Amino acid sequence: MLSPQEPPKRKLRVATASLSGCFGCHMSLLDLDENLLDLIELVEFDRSPITDIKHCGTCDIGLIEGGVCNSENVHVLREFRNNCRTLIALGACAVNGGLPTLRNGLDVREVLREVYFEMPGVVSNTIPNDVELPLLLDKVRPINEVVRVDYFIPGCPPSRDAIFKFLTDLIAGRTPRLDYPHMRFD
Amino acid sequence: MNLEDTFIIDGTPIPFEPSQTVLQAALKAGVFIPHLCFYPGLRPNGSCKLCTVIINGRHTSACTALARSGIEVENNTPELNDKRRLMLQMLFVEGNHFCPGCEKSGNCQLQALAYELEMMTPHFSHFFPSRKIDASHPEAFLDMNRCIACGLCVQASCEVDKKNIFALSGRGMASHIVINTPSGKLGDSSFALSDKAANVCPVGAILPKRHGFALPIGQRLYDTLPISSQTEFLTTRKA
Amino acid sequence: MSLVNSSAGGVLEPILERYSRNPRHLMQILRETQERLDFIPKWAVDYLAEALALARTQVQAVIDFYAFFYDSPRGKYRILFSDNVTDRMQGNTALLSRMLSRLGLTQGQVSGDGLVSIDTTSCTGMCDQGPALLVNNYPVTRLSSQRIDQICELVKSQTPLVEWPSEFFHVEDNIHRKDVLLSTEMVNGQALKHAIELGPQGMLAEMKASNFRGRGGAGFTTGVKWEACRNAPGQTRYVICNADEGEPGTFKDRVLLASFAERVFEGMTIAGYVIGASKGLVYLRAEYRYMLEKLQAKLEARRKTKLLGKDILGQKGFDFDIEIHMGAGAYVCGEETALIESLEGKPGRPRIRPPFPVTHGYLGQPTVVNNVETLAKATLIAQNGGAWYKGLGTKLSTGTKLLSISGDCNSPGIYEYPFGVRITQILEDCGARNAMAVQVGGAAGTCLARHEFGRKIAFEDVSTSGALMVFGDNRDMFEVARNFMHFFKHESCGFCTPCRVGTTLMCNLMDKIANGKGTGYEMNELSRLHQLLKTASHCGLGQSAGRPIYDTLQKFRPSYDRRLKQKDFEPAFDLDASLAPAREIMDRDDMDAHLGTDL
Repeated sequence: MLSPQEPPKRKLRVATASLSGCFGCHMSLLDLDENLLDLIELVEFDRSPITDIKHCGTCDIGLIEGGVCNSENVHVLREFRNNCRTLIALGACAVNGGLPTLRNGLDVREVLREVYFEMPGVVSNTIPNDVELPLLLDKVRPINEVVRVDYFIPGCPPSRDAIFKFLTDLIAGRTPRLDYPHMRFD
Repeated sequence: MNLEDTFIIDGTPIPFEPSQTVLQAALKAGVFIPHLCFYPGLRPNGSCKLCTVIINGRHTSACTALARSGIEVENNTPELNDKRRLMLQMLFVEGNHFCPGCEKSGNCQLQALAYELEMMTPHFSHFFPSRKIDASHPEAFLDMNRCIACGLCVQASCEVDKKNIFALSGRGMASHIVINTPSGKLGDSSFALSDKAANVCPVGAILPKRHGFALPIGQRLYDTLPISSQTEFLTTRKA
Repeated sequence: MSLVNSSAGGVLEPILERYSRNPRHLMQILRETQERLDFIPKWAVDYLAEALALARTQVQAVIDFYAFFYDSPRGKYRILFSDNVTDRMQGNTALLSRMLSRLGLTQGQVSGDGLVSIDTTSCTGMCDQGPALLVNNYPVTRLSSQRIDQICELVKSQTPLVEWPSEFFHVEDNIHRKDVLLSTEMVNGQALKHAIELGPQGMLAEMKASNFRGRGGAGFTTGVKWEACRNAPGQTRYVICNADEGEPGTFKDRVLLASFAERVFEGMTIAGYVIGASKGLVYLRAEYRYMLEKLQAKLEARRKTKLLGKDILGQKGFDFDIEIHMGAGAYVCGEETALIESLEGKPGRPRIRPPFPVTHGYLGQPTVVNNVETLAKATLIAQNGGAWYKGLGTKLSTGTKLLSISGDCNSPGIYEYPFGVRITQILEDCGARNAMAVQVGGAAGTCLARHEFGRKIAFEDVSTSGALMVFGDNRDMFEVARNFMHFFKHESCGFCTPCRVGTTLMCNLMDKIANGKGTGYEMNELSRLHQLLKTASHCGLGQSAGRPIYDTLQKFRPSYDRRLKQKDFEPAFDLDASLAPAREIMDRDDMDAHLGTDL
């Protein structure tokens, strides 16, 4: 029988992605420093900017940074939901849309017109419309408004300690919980 | 302790003085009851409903219920805290609350309560309302995105400052603060930073200009001590 | 400084004078201003604020709060379709569309020439002769396609309202069953004479002996209320008649005021006599504006015959008069403290209770607030005594109850029954043969399914303020609940968090289910929100807002289930539609420019 301290034999597979975020949450993840070595004893990474794997296979845990701002975000988020047993919203933008939602009071058409026609120094007279480009949604949404989400880690970004506490709780089979100093919305 | 002058909150006897409310007596005794629209020295408003407790089996607002000897108050229970968390989530999705970009972050009572009640997510679909910012005043700005319609500024301006600058207008979800000037702008009013109304906002809707992010993270009001451990501050604070 | 030109004064001064420049009458002043100007322009707000020594925000707050005050032009003809579920069942949706297309408008829009706007409003109390609409606050009943077309022509030809066919505005009483109240004759002043013979204490004793309970819904014992007010310390006392009959499906007070107003006024006078008040106020809902002049004429006649005014019926020192105050479209004002706020010229937000109106009511003075039916019935007790009255009805619910019956039945209208009558009896009498459900007590009331039709109308069983809407077995109870939920959202005053936000959240969830996007998750959310609103809301509106959903979920679950997706989650919004603006400006319509459903 395993003792609680002993890591499980099979490493848990973790995937991460940044949707409409700033990669700050991923930076916070990297900021685990030497704790990354502890973490890597417990998990292996699937799709993630860390591994550069482009698509997500079956995973135990999915971490999503950033809100949902365009069609590509929707596809990535659906891929995660369909492949990850546990899906976690990592950071303010995934939890409530974050600062990108400041554009929600504006019409997308106006935003694009302003950016590609009216900004000082802009010389183009067209809005890029290559089929490779994902389309913007009319509003930026938190990820739980698009798919079902299991856990939320707030913070902008969540601190390294918050991430470590949450993940180690989860991996050890405890109910993940942030203690007061790590419970932050900013 | 004279039992005549006590009542019970979650099994603990709480002393009280005549005309004190359940909330006032509780805070005075160091027992925290979540609240947003109550401020010491101002009349209880009873609108945010965060202080909902159960008194002798009946749900009621602790801020408006008078303390009476012998009453039994349920406060810190999973059921009530779940309801309070729901109401916090309602307030978060009703407005546009972006903590990372808000000067009030760390000192915000709405945020502090969300920490206290472990609100991990706003949960409901956001309304993303289109609301105004009034930067017309030289020393203060008004960001309606963050307003929770608690009415504290209305009361403070009318009853303490005697200026009657703010009023609550509209109905239902369209309830909003209006400014008593012909232009509707704060800059055309006699509002001053020294007003009580400038200092009672529980969120970041009324803030002084040029003072944002003055304290580093770690030194702000609710960074290290949960709001539930600051009952003395909550009863003695003066704007 | 005066912001105002002479013509502004020309319009507003006579109105201000009529109301003695008393800010308490702000609602009436605004109503008359709007009746003159079709809306309340900013200059009028400024003028009135200055003239009444109010902050302009106070005037603005009142305009913003009430649905029937407009601060921007809404047309010369302001048409509002009553949108109660009974109007829906009578086909108002198709009639609304017909009028919109005939006049080339969308709902809520004002026509380009500023002539007309068309929208919906909460139940107008014409459920027995709907579908109905209001034009400039006057009701047009029994709408048909033909009537809609005629209205469109009258609007286009700009025919003044007074020249519209009078049958449009005809409101029937539709009384189908009379009991003691509706069948007993009363010579004006007769009940009052009896009361005076008994003296205030004697009359109070009769009221208490009758064990008569208020008919507005809460069922507080009227004699006890009167006594508490009589004994409360205060300089002045007031009697208020709550004629803000806003509960969807209720129209009994409309009939009492139309045909039994003398009883209502006499009941108020008796109440004034008992508690020692010299002033009575009738709070008449805006939808009943059409009765105002008639009621005022009746009051004037009572003054002439010494039934109102100084030394009533020769009793030295018994002075009492009645004033009518119009509401302006706010269901919440049916709550007595919100009603008092409104009477004081403020937005109708319910006060914190206690203190209760009997000690701190109108202008902070001891006040009795009674329902129209309650006051009318007090005259019966004065005429025949408390012991007699106590013999009617059941032990715990003495006397009779007026029911406003509408929906799927042959004879909608007013039915007076002794308390204790069973639902089955009522359904038989009104000719409801295929009833699947009845909603008793309006949107805030109780939904009963067929197996409960043996229950009785009484405070101890099914309590009601008087509405009874019948739903035949072809009706969709989910849509009934959704209609009521939208009503509560529209009428929430916005004061407290749970009701302000919760009613909107519940509407959104119901709409999501209606749009075929609901899952088991939404069902769970509806239950959680109902539990919160029921316990944490400030007043009865929020406390009962989730009730129709709760009841129909318990009793008509299949009407929800058949709409649910068999998935565990579905977004509330349409993902593909969210890309539409970007598709438009980027001129894309390829496969990648769309988001299908996730499989």
